Amino acid sequence: MVSIMITKTSHFETAMNELLLPAELTEQHLSNLLNDILGNKIDYADIYCQSLQLESWGLEDGVVKEGCYNIERGVGVRAINEQKTGFAYSEDIALPALSKAAMAAKSIAKLGNDKRIKISGPINGLNLYHPVNPITGLSAIEKIQILHEVDQLARKEDPRVVHVIANLVGVYELILIMASDGTLAADIRPLIRLNVSVVVETKGRREKGSSGGGGRYGYETFIQTGAAAYHAKEAVRQALLNLEAVPAPAGTMPVVLGPGWPGVLLHEAIGHGLEGDFNRKGSSAFANRLGEKVASSLCTIVDDGTLVNRRGSLNIDDEGTITQCTTLIKDGILVSYMQDKLNAKLMGMKPTGNGRRESYAHQPMPRMTNTYMLAGSHDPDEIISSISKGIYAVNFGGGQVDITSGKFVFSASEAYLIEKGKIGKPIKGATLIGSGPDILTKVSMVGNDLKLDEGVGTCGKDGQSVPVGVGQPTLRIDEMTVGGTE
Amino acid sequence: MQQTIHDVNLKKLVAEAIAIAKKEGASEVEVSANLDDGFTSIVRMGEIDTVEYQRDREIDITVYFGHKKGSATTTEIKPESLMITIKKACDIAKFTGEDPYNGLADKALMAQYLPDLSLYHPWDLSAEQGVELALACEAKARQLDKRITNSDSVSVTSFQAKYVYGNSHGFLGEINSTQHEISCILIAEQDEEMERDFAYSLARDPKDLIAIEKIADEAVSKTISRLGARKIKTCKVPVIFIAEEACSLWGHFVSAIAGSQLYRKSSFLLDCLEKQIFPEFIHLYEDPYLLKGMGSTAFDSDGVATTKKYFISKGFLKSYCLGAYSARKLGMQTTGNADGVHNLIIEPGEKDLPQLLKLMDRGLLVTEVMGQGVNILTGDYSRGARGFWVEQGKIQFPVSEITIAGNLQTMFRSLIAVGNDIDYRGNIHTGSVLLGQLTVAGN
Repeated sequence: MVSIMITKTSHFETAMNELLLPAELTEQHLSNLLNDILGNKIDYADIYCQSLQLESWGLEDGVVKEGCYNIERGVGVRAINEQKTGFAYSEDIALPALSKAAMAAKSIAKLGNDKRIKISGPINGLNLYHPVNPITGLSAIEKIQILHEVDQLARKEDPRVVHVIANLVGVYELILIMASDGTLAADIRPLIRLNVSVVVETKGRREKGSSGGGGRYGYETFIQTGAAAYHAKEAVRQALLNLEAVPAPAGTMPVVLGPGWPGVLLHEAIGHGLEGDFNRKGSSAFANRLGEKVASSLCTIVDDGTLVNRRGSLNIDDEGTITQCTTLIKDGILVSYMQDKLNAKLMGMKPTGNGRRESYAHQPMPRMTNTYMLAGSHDPDEIISSISKGIYAVNFGGGQVDITSGKFVFSASEAYLIEKGKIGKPIKGATLIGSGPDILTKVSMVGNDLKLDEGVGTCGKDGQSVPVGVGQPTLRIDEMTVGGTE
Repeated sequence: MQQTIHDVNLKKLVAEAIAIAKKEGASEVEVSANLDDGFTSIVRMGEIDTVEYQRDREIDITVYFGHKKGSATTTEIKPESLMITIKKACDIAKFTGEDPYNGLADKALMAQYLPDLSLYHPWDLSAEQGVELALACEAKARQLDKRITNSDSVSVTSFQAKYVYGNSHGFLGEINSTQHEISCILIAEQDEEMERDFAYSLARDPKDLIAIEKIADEAVSKTISRLGARKIKTCKVPVIFIAEEACSLWGHFVSAIAGSQLYRKSSFLLDCLEKQIFPEFIHLYEDPYLLKGMGSTAFDSDGVATTKKYFISKGFLKSYCLGAYSARKLGMQTTGNADGVHNLIIEPGEKDLPQLLKLMDRGLLVTEVMGQGVNILTGDYSRGARGFWVEQGKIQFPVSEITIAGNLQTMFRSLIAVGNDIDYRGNIHTGSVLLGQLTVAGN
């Protein structure tokens, strides 16, 4: 990655010009508004202005038949009194709408007297990605060409391919945050993604396969890295493999998880349970367990918002806190939760740069960025050969967790039987279920092959979706319940 | 901030957008617009947690230049933004390919009859009063059982929405609706084990909401009943999906008969029209004209008139679920389901839940499923589950950390009974469902 000489101050100027200038708003208007909100019962307030352009193209049956362009703009205003939050938003970034939203937000605490705030200069966030607009980076024809390439390559790959869908999505997002604690920050966030899904058919049996990836960069990167060819081939490979798949076993057995995207295990099994809000409220199975051993000593797990160009990375979080690499579990010991400002304050901890929101119309809360386990010392082959009967799962659909009971699931989309230390037949998709506080204590081998995912993750919490990343090395879990049929 | 959705003449705006797009050269145009206003008051442990005022606006424009299509959406409901959005949609249509199946539905199919379906019943309740109501519900719940040691959140939500769809056939339909909800999520604790569960009431008309005392009662008993859950041994047993979760099974059925899955050859119910999918006693229809229904509408998202019709009669598949586009791809007629089903009703049997348990005798009562392990292409089904172990027709103990697996095609065929304990709250009305054997994976 070439280093870039753009400072955050220019992000800030861009954000001011695009978000505030059209409404003839200035920094002063926002800080006056924050002053209006603050009172003896409001101890924190923030204003979040956002504009977002999203463009998507969809190819199916060899034709780019869908194209869509979205423009979203708006502002969210939040007022906090201890654990109480008032929140209102408007799609109109203009003074009357802002004042109205501010009044609504502060209605959680009626009384007020003056407490002036002092806004410092704009902070310099990290420089993890270029402030490019992917949508204008390539012409429509060039973008469409990527999709046609996917279609042709997928069909060329195997005559059994009967249906190809390819989607290209680009987002250019601009945010500006001002908060009563003095925060003033802006960010420019590009995000792109390519998705491929194919159906193959032979002798009356049909199966599907899919692949995708992306990150915080322009579409040129897809062309340079040959993303179209990679994902087209990968989707076809998976679909063909499914044609051979035999029913999955049912019951408790050793499971080897491949590197990369299977890290969704960490996201579900422990990630959500370590988010500050659930622990402050005592609703997480990990509440009050800091300093305790929650995993085998082979496990060190981090949440890292600072990886260059990654889908889950952020220069600043959505509260203006600079992101960081937070060690959550060190050698099996729980050492930190992930925090936003509200929950950090209530728990007497520091924000960790995990305050994220889907948009101006959603409230920030503690969310993951890129969550992964550090590499261990085992050779992946050694891990497989250590198992006489079990499964080897290398790709997953998604997962879900009940953070209170700790029970979580994730669904394998590519997995194999392991028999006598050898990888055997591919098995049909199956859900794996386990208990978060318990599962990592059963990790007995950690591979030396740490890999991050391709950039496809979207995490949902309380109806809010945010892009995230996961990763891990090959892992051996001694015992897990596999939801097959046999 | 009691500004209402009625401040905007949305029909006029949509009609103008259609006219502008036509002027820009589009051969056909369709526009939909949404205004949504409301609030959510959330309390926790006797205090306000969050008061949120929602106000969402969106306008979606789709233009056709012959068989080329372009779309654009914006959240800015202003004439200037509308102009930009329309131009953007037209720009996009220059680059998309010719798709002979693109275009509006036939003009003759547009809904003519737009009756009042009684969907709009505003609640004279402020966010502050919402807080009071939520606090009362939570207080009631917390005093019912010592094992309720924590509250996740108790909330009151009220929304008003205005939706307009119009197209260049001259169709212009408007739906005003409201939706109100009280939800109570609790945490119970026993022997260092925590469990969470919830109860809720959801209705178009605040008068139809269940009393907070009842919601509190139900939330408490559901949450407490989870305590002491354990795994069971891997086995093959019959399974009952409780009504609330049975909706998910019918949801998979709807996905499998959806036009978009069919023309993509991605459904296990491909080429199944007029074939038997369920046992003879299963009848399943949609009633888009149900008063106060969550799925009620006189027109679908193509503007096509909806009709009351059977999808399954005597176990046979009578209709797919198609919109104009997927119907053309399949060489069929739209069924007025471009946006899915509208109040799907599964005709109930005669047994209540205790009688279903008795009929099952020994097996699993599923109260919650988890995860995404459903493959609509093959019908392969494998999901996380929890519920209760049943012996001699009686609930024995709570079960968790298990999976249930099978194939939807065989699961549908093996259906033994539908209960009369109907859950009317959502878009799918069903009683509990007793299925033949599934593989339960545990210890």
